[in-house]
Amino acid sequence: MTNGWIDIKNTDMMLIMGGNPAENHPCGFKWPVEAKRQRNAKMIVVDPRFTRTAAVADMFLQIRAGADIAFLGGVVRYAIENQRIAKEYLVNYTNAAFIVKDGFKLPEDGLYSGFNSGTQSYDKSTWNYEESGSGPAPKPVAGAPPPPPSLPPNVAYDLTLENPRCVYQLLKKQYSRYTPEMVERITGIPKDQFIKAADLFTSIRTGGDMQKAGTIIYAVGWTQHTFGSQIIRTAAILQLVLGNVGRAGGGVNALRGHSNIQGATDVAGIFDNLPGYLKVPNPADKDFSGWMARITPKSAKPKEWDSFNYWGNTPRFAVSFLKTMYGDAATKENDWAYSYLPKVDREYSWTHIWDDMYKGKVKGVIAFGMNAVAIGPNSRKTIDALKKSDWLAVCDIYPDETSEFWKSPGITADEMKNIKTEVYRLPGAGFAEKDGTFVNSARWLQWKWAAVPPPGDAKLDQEILARIFLKVRDLYKKEGGAFPDPILNLSWNYTTPQNPSLADVAKELNGRALADVEDKPTQQTMKTGQQLPGFSWLRDDGSTACGNWIWCGSWTEAGALMQRRGTDDPSGLGIYPNWGWSWPMNRRVLYNRASADLNGKPWDPSRRQVWWNEAQKKWVGNDVPDFKVDSAPQDHMGPFIMNPEGVGRLFVPLGGMAEGPFPEHYEPFESPIANPLHPQQSTNPVVKKYQSDLDKYGTPEQGFTVVCTTYRLTEHYHYWTKNNPMNVQLVPEMFVEIPVELAGDLGINGGDKVKVSSARGATYIAKAMVTKRIKPMTIDGKKVYQIGIPIHQGYRGIQEDEGKNARTIVNLLSPTVTDPNAYTPEFKGFLVKLEKA
Amino acid sequence: MNPTRRSFLKAGTGAVVASVFGFDLKTAYAESRELKIARTTETRSTCPYCSVSCGIIIHTIGDKAKNVTAQVVHVEGDPDHPINRGTLCPKGSSLMQDILNDRRLLKPQVRRPGSDHWEDIGWDQAYNEIARHIKTTRDATFVATDAQGRTVNRCESIAWNGGCTDTNEFNFLAVKTMRSLGVVFLENQARV
Amino acid sequence: MSNGTLEIKAISGHAGPVPGRDASRDYGICKVIDVTTCIGCKACEVACLEWNGYPFRETVFDNTYQTMPDLAWNYYNLIRFNEHVAEDGTLSWLMRKDGCMHCADPGCLRACPADGAIVQYANGIVDFNQDHCIGCQYCVTGCPFNIPKFNSETKKVHKCTLCSDRVGAGLEPACIKACPTGCLHFGSKEDMTDLAQNRAKQLREHTSHKNAGVYDPAGVGGTHVIYVLHDIEHPELYGGLPKNPRVPLLVRLWKGPLKWLGNLAITAGILAAAGHYIRFGPKRLDEHQDEDRDEAKKGEPK
Repeated sequence: MTNGWIDIKNTDMMLIMGGNPAENHPCGFKWPVEAKRQRNAKMIVVDPRFTRTAAVADMFLQIRAGADIAFLGGVVRYAIENQRIAKEYLVNYTNAAFIVKDGFKLPEDGLYSGFNSGTQSYDKSTWNYEESGSGPAPKPVAGAPPPPPSLPPNVAYDLTLENPRCVYQLLKKQYSRYTPEMVERITGIPKDQFIKAADLFTSIRTGGDMQKAGTIIYAVGWTQHTFGSQIIRTAAILQLVLGNVGRAGGGVNALRGHSNIQGATDVAGIFDNLPGYLKVPNPADKDFSGWMARITPKSAKPKEWDSFNYWGNTPRFAVSFLKTMYGDAATKENDWAYSYLPKVDREYSWTHIWDDMYKGKVKGVIAFGMNAVAIGPNSRKTIDALKKSDWLAVCDIYPDETSEFWKSPGITADEMKNIKTEVYRLPGAGFAEKDGTFVNSARWLQWKWAAVPPPGDAKLDQEILARIFLKVRDLYKKEGGAFPDPILNLSWNYTTPQNPSLADVAKELNGRALADVEDKPTQQTMKTGQQLPGFSWLRDDGSTACGNWIWCGSWTEAGALMQRRGTDDPSGLGIYPNWGWSWPMNRRVLYNRASADLNGKPWDPSRRQVWWNEAQKKWVGNDVPDFKVDSAPQDHMGPFIMNPEGVGRLFVPLGGMAEGPFPEHYEPFESPIANPLHPQQSTNPVVKKYQSDLDKYGTPEQGFTVVCTTYRLTEHYHYWTKNNPMNVQLVPEMFVEIPVELAGDLGINGGDKVKVSSARGATYIAKAMVTKRIKPMTIDGKKVYQIGIPIHQGYRGIQEDEGKNARTIVNLLSPTVTDPNAYTPEFKGFLVKLEKA
Repeated sequence: MNPTRRSFLKAGTGAVVASVFGFDLKTAYAESRELKIARTTETRSTCPYCSVSCGIIIHTIGDKAKNVTAQVVHVEGDPDHPINRGTLCPKGSSLMQDILNDRRLLKPQVRRPGSDHWEDIGWDQAYNEIARHIKTTRDATFVATDAQGRTVNRCESIAWNGGCTDTNEFNFLAVKTMRSLGVVFLENQARV
Repeated sequence: MSNGTLEIKAISGHAGPVPGRDASRDYGICKVIDVTTCIGCKACEVACLEWNGYPFRETVFDNTYQTMPDLAWNYYNLIRFNEHVAEDGTLSWLMRKDGCMHCADPGCLRACPADGAIVQYANGIVDFNQDHCIGCQYCVTGCPFNIPKFNSETKKVHKCTLCSDRVGAGLEPACIKACPTGCLHFGSKEDMTDLAQNRAKQLREHTSHKNAGVYDPAGVGGTHVIYVLHDIEHPELYGGLPKNPRVPLLVRLWKGPLKWLGNLAITAGILAAAGHYIRFGPKRLDEHQDEDRDEAKKGEPK
């Protein structure tokens, strides 16, 4: 989230779409309700189903799964057409005025300039800003490879926003095609309903008035598409056009799904990042400085403006990270042990794990609290891939589908004998038995304390991992082996190495001074060994160590700030500055400089976040300013300090997004229709199919005519609570939500068993819930039905073990196909066939 | 004032009963249960389900004295927590049954190649065997340089699957150990 | 016993005055259920079960999100779900937490012949004491909301206690504390009435719910559990909330002019027969409601 849970109470207008917070985040949902109660805020819910969120909304629109960009693009068009825009914000805080290179082409035919159909990829050199005032670009040196395209340091711009190649005009042109009629054809939302919603949402900027704020709230209903990142981009564009980012009650707010996936992303438990969103090194980065040159941006802005370009500090973060990893073994002379880091030049994301394993390349898996078989798409492929692995080590608290893949339904005794995988199942500790921190979706780090010891012979996860690692290290010490250096030199200076205290690790993540470090402007010094108070102290000379720069400041010499329990909220804005600790630097609303006008005065005097104090010559406020504190308003430094431009991006230049600078509506990979905007380029042009025999994709012509979406229920939690009797009691059997009309067509009654199948070949069996809450839709003139399936059925659980359900997993149906930016699978909006079982 | 039927009836026989039983009866009638969390030990924790991260209080019997193994008797929302303010959803409200659950795994097990059942295994043996598997797989497949001769130092044959309730600190231990092994298939619930 | 705030107001089947009554000021308490912000999450159901320690019970799928068709002796509160299509075709999904209303004039208490099986505290909580319950189920008949439920194994009747043990110790009821959206709220009857009325007013003035209102039915003397409804004209849409709940005539007769008959019945040992008759007798006698209204008002608590 750019903002936070409590901050939603400050809003005047909510668009909840691609998320169902009443069901999936009930306790956070109190704050949207509070906004309704206290401010008469309006709530618009757009969803394929009438959900429990819709039940308390002011307006509900039923959308076809996967048509979100068309809807949001239509709202952007509506805002521009009706001049419900934040003009001053748009001109000064976004790249609206920036001029785009000649040769850049919008995707009227579904493709941006530079597409290569052979490689299914783009040459993105025209996706860039025009250089200001300079002559033609330098001629390439004969024989040398052309330098990679980069942003111009001085960007051409037009503050009148009239230049036809300025971002604003291109944006206007891009979404001019998203008329209410087109929105209706794609989304299935009747034109008049769409206009009502667009009118209501943009009404906060009627007459350009800046006092009100609107928020957009989403979750995996947006991310789990082959264009998920672009849906979120469209939301961000809308919020920038309306001037809602950085403001209390505004922002683009990802609810995130689980307790600590925000933390897992922050600390980079994913292949393409290192902690704090540092990009992983590539084989083409010859050395540390080559890596830094590639991933450290240079500011690119109008000459007269200023840009903080905070990512310019990347080398400080990277060196401090490597010092944490390898301690004394990381020196300036050995390039900070840069060679120890694995180099990545292809995708190693979730779906590739199982594709590579299915091809026989991945031989072993270590899973801690992760149920791959049930959670990933195309469960059949995951199971068949695991059959080919040599070994699998699962640490969990309950018996799960993954650890028992070798006896999953349908496997015969003979077949079992041929599954050669050695499977270890290690009893780990439950949440109540562990301390440590989670990061919630509001970016708060909060410490929790252990209440009880693990039961039986179960052990703390960190002990299990540490002991395995130390055994591996011993083996390399004794026997040698392939490149043992990073293993032998990994810093492991915990008080109890075989069972590291999480407090030790939390301090390591915060970082400390390895030598005396001086901060010149304030003339303060941190002594060797002291915990650092913030990331401005990090150095690229090896004098500091920090595991994750964005968490620097969470455990300082003042103690464990993530353990704080201060309940004071002096501003009344729900900031709670002394509760836990929020990254970065305890800021609760990101980009909060944008909550004030050009002169540094809050847009809304009743919701004052930060402001410029002329007497003190600095930014002050109720929140921690997310800005260079001494940059006076007249310097015109952009509020979006993480972008090299300093401003918010309506247009994402160069390689920022895989499929283009502005989001374009593409159909889901399996769709009931051809894209009405450009039928010849129906789906995302840069999405790649998987090629194995288990990767089949369906079409309506094959009989897969029903659009299917999957989701969680309030009463259950993934594949975990099917072990909890209370949750089983609330919802004992899984079901398929079916529109009354479709059930009528097929002769299905509520409670009947139904069979759902997809091109993947497998079937899912559960009971029918016949409901009025999903209506048939007309999509591009064609009648289309949608059904919904909650995900909580597996083959191990209270009901499963008693044979009370079909022991089928809904992900047997979902396709292996992913978003090309975030690599998230398309769990929403794939095609199925529905029958009475 | 018009007396109601009930107050009339009560007034009619009141004096007799009061004189016999006095106010002692009050206790006999007001027999609600003893408050079950009156003397429990409270531990502050965070709900492990969704990303709201509600504060919870785990009530245990025993005051954490040395000779006591704490036993959970109740879980309730933490009223101080600024986001949930004591509230909990149906999953959070039933966390006690997640902590005290007879389906919990209690000992390490192994399923041998081709076998149709689990066998118990000692922790030490499990650690040794897994460590040996890691080393064998890594050594057999480690890629030091790619086809173009560039240093890559990666192990593409071992995958890490991180879970959604792994703490930050645990995740960092995973990043440290897995990256050092050269693991590139490093993935987490965060992706899916 | 730590129930410092529990003063007794009325006792079932009790001859004579109520010990302790009027010994101190009334602390009328109240639960507001604002169904317009209920998200049907069932946190209240679980919090109740967890607090009361009730074990797992078998449920089956029934084409609804509702946990089970009706309340049970060990299931004190239940969200009732109803997919409602208005005349103009607008769909709404109504959710209402059903459970004991803690009537000011409790039909259950009126009907109960067992001394001390049902007590009404001065704060408004109507509590069942199973130690004194004789299992006659007259209370079931006496309740216009169909709340008390019989445990056929122990032969005792149960219902929501409004967590008298928690309230007695100065805590709010478990369901109130858990409720994620604050659709449940707890406080004095006066404050809660204000809160509910203000909310209803807000709904009428700022939303499309022009008929929003507060359900605090006079027919049972008002209740210590009150609802804010989107449409006060149609409480029955919310899983059968009665429009004009009344203590059944037979119960009123039985505890009023015919009380001696009841006493005789008990003495004569014809309890089972009478119980059966009353249990399955007509529960709503609409034709008598008008003439009974005045009398009911007199019965309202101060």
